Amino acid sequence: MMKHIVTINKANLKKSAEKGGCGKCQASCQSACKTSCTVANQKCEK
Amino acid sequence: MIHKYKLNGYNIILDVNSGGVHIVDELTYDLLDNVKPPFEKECPANVIEKMQRFYQEREIRSCYEEVVELYNSGILYSDDDYEKYASYAVASPVKAMCLLISQDCNLRCEYCFASTGDYGCGRKLMDLTTGKQAIDFLLENSGDRENLELDFFGGEPLMNFEVVKQIVEYARSKEAEYKKRFRFTITTNGMLLNDDVIDFVNKEMSNVVLSVDGRPEVNDRVRKRVDGTGSYDRIMPKYKELVAKRGDKDYYVRATFTKYNLDFANDVFHLYKEGFDQLSAEPVVGDPSMPYAITEKELPRVFGEYERLAEMMLVNENKGKKFNFFHFMLDLDQGPCAIKRLRGCGSGNEYVAITPDGDIYPCHQFVGIEEYKMGNLMAGTFDMDIKKEFAAAHIYSKEECRKCWARFYCSGGCNANNYIYNHDIHAAHKLSCELEKKRLECAIMMKAARMVEKEHFED
Ligand code: SF4
Ligand code: SF4
Repeated sequence: MMKHIVTINKANLKKSAEKGGCGKCQASCQSACKTSCTVANQKCEK
Repeated sequence: MIHKYKLNGYNIILDVNSGGVHIVDELTYDLLDNVKPPFEKECPANVIEKMQRFYQEREIRSCYEEVVELYNSGILYSDDDYEKYASYAVASPVKAMCLLISQDCNLRCEYCFASTGDYGCGRKLMDLTTGKQAIDFLLENSGDRENLELDFFGGEPLMNFEVVKQIVEYARSKEAEYKKRFRFTITTNGMLLNDDVIDFVNKEMSNVVLSVDGRPEVNDRVRKRVDGTGSYDRIMPKYKELVAKRGDKDYYVRATFTKYNLDFANDVFHLYKEGFDQLSAEPVVGDPSMPYAITEKELPRVFGEYERLAEMMLVNENKGKKFNFFHFMLDLDQGPCAIKRLRGCGSGNEYVAITPDGDIYPCHQFVGIEEYKMGNLMAGTFDMDIKKEFAAAHIYSKEECRKCWARFYCSGGCNANNYIYNHDIHAAHKLSCELEKKRLECAIMMKAARMVEKEHFED
């Protein structure tokens, strides 16, 4: 347990790259918002 | 690279390349201004000397050790080693398509980027033959992708509802043969919603976007009927009915905000009070000289308003009043893989838009820009060079994005905005970047706040 720092997530971006890139996920601008591209709120579909 | 900021009483550190998010005390926040890799075993004497005026030496030393521990665990100052994946950025199968089913509209919204529906190219409806050709194109160009997305967009798509129905039927009839599944979505202004349409939309559309700008006076000032009267009274009851019947399928009530309603958090909360819990509010896009445009000058107000919205949402959540705001949704653990994040929307590569004439464009926002016309369905043309150009437009090929802390969340922004404002799909549109970064800061802060709240509760 750290005294000065609390890490709030698993920080697994690096791991995601090893198995990622399948391209099955949704295209990002589709449907919900038609101008601002927002990718990080999407789900991985694997 | 790290990004550090203070918001709503939290000191937040984002480790850009690992995605690690840390909440830190004042000491750590200051210390991180004074140290960076390579780290030594003990805190350097000059750093202690500098910080001793404000903090105890013992504390500085223990804090330094924690920083080094995070660094060694790869969640602070981690390296960007994703560029190698960018070289895989070759043309991919097309998996998503936007059909401009109606280049015509029954509203005359002041700020419409499609020039009140016709994209500046004349009012037109797509016919069934073209629609079927578009479906065939998608089926044939989608390679091994099983889930295909098809968005009905306009103008106002429901002005061509019969063709929408027939295209859906046609696409469904091909699913088994091609071993694909279609996911349909539609964006509507609500004017033509009736019981039949609502039932159809709720059955067939996996997502529906309902446009309304919030409070009645805000909406009616810009979202006007052809005769100049407002649309609010007509559409809101229909939206409520649609959502009530929709069950747990996705929908968004989507507002556009302009210079006229820089207090747009009130519009978001208005929509929530009207019974909707899936909300989105987008800054208007368009010519900066227009009276409604959001420009550099409005940025501080807009930033403040995003912060106010985030804080209000947190306060409400604690009272059990919860809703989703599209731009504050962020999954810090299970979001899309890093590779997806290099390229974002997929316009012109995985995603194309089709006009009523069968013309193919990189996305709905490029329609009418001759330089980026990719081909035509009837002519059977599809320009692979343009496709390759878009496939290669990733965060490492965009000068500003390479250096930007938000790159794995924003994924290089909107190619169309870049083109419209800077005539170059690689040149980030600064104003959009500023907004995107502020929204991200809010979204990450909300995650942190919720976690702290939870711990507090469990204690
Ligand atoms: S588009 Fe702007 S905010 Fe997004 S990654 Fe590029 S520079 Fe950053
Ligand atoms: S280029 Fe912009 S408008 Fe077009 S699909 Fe991408 S994010 Fe959406």
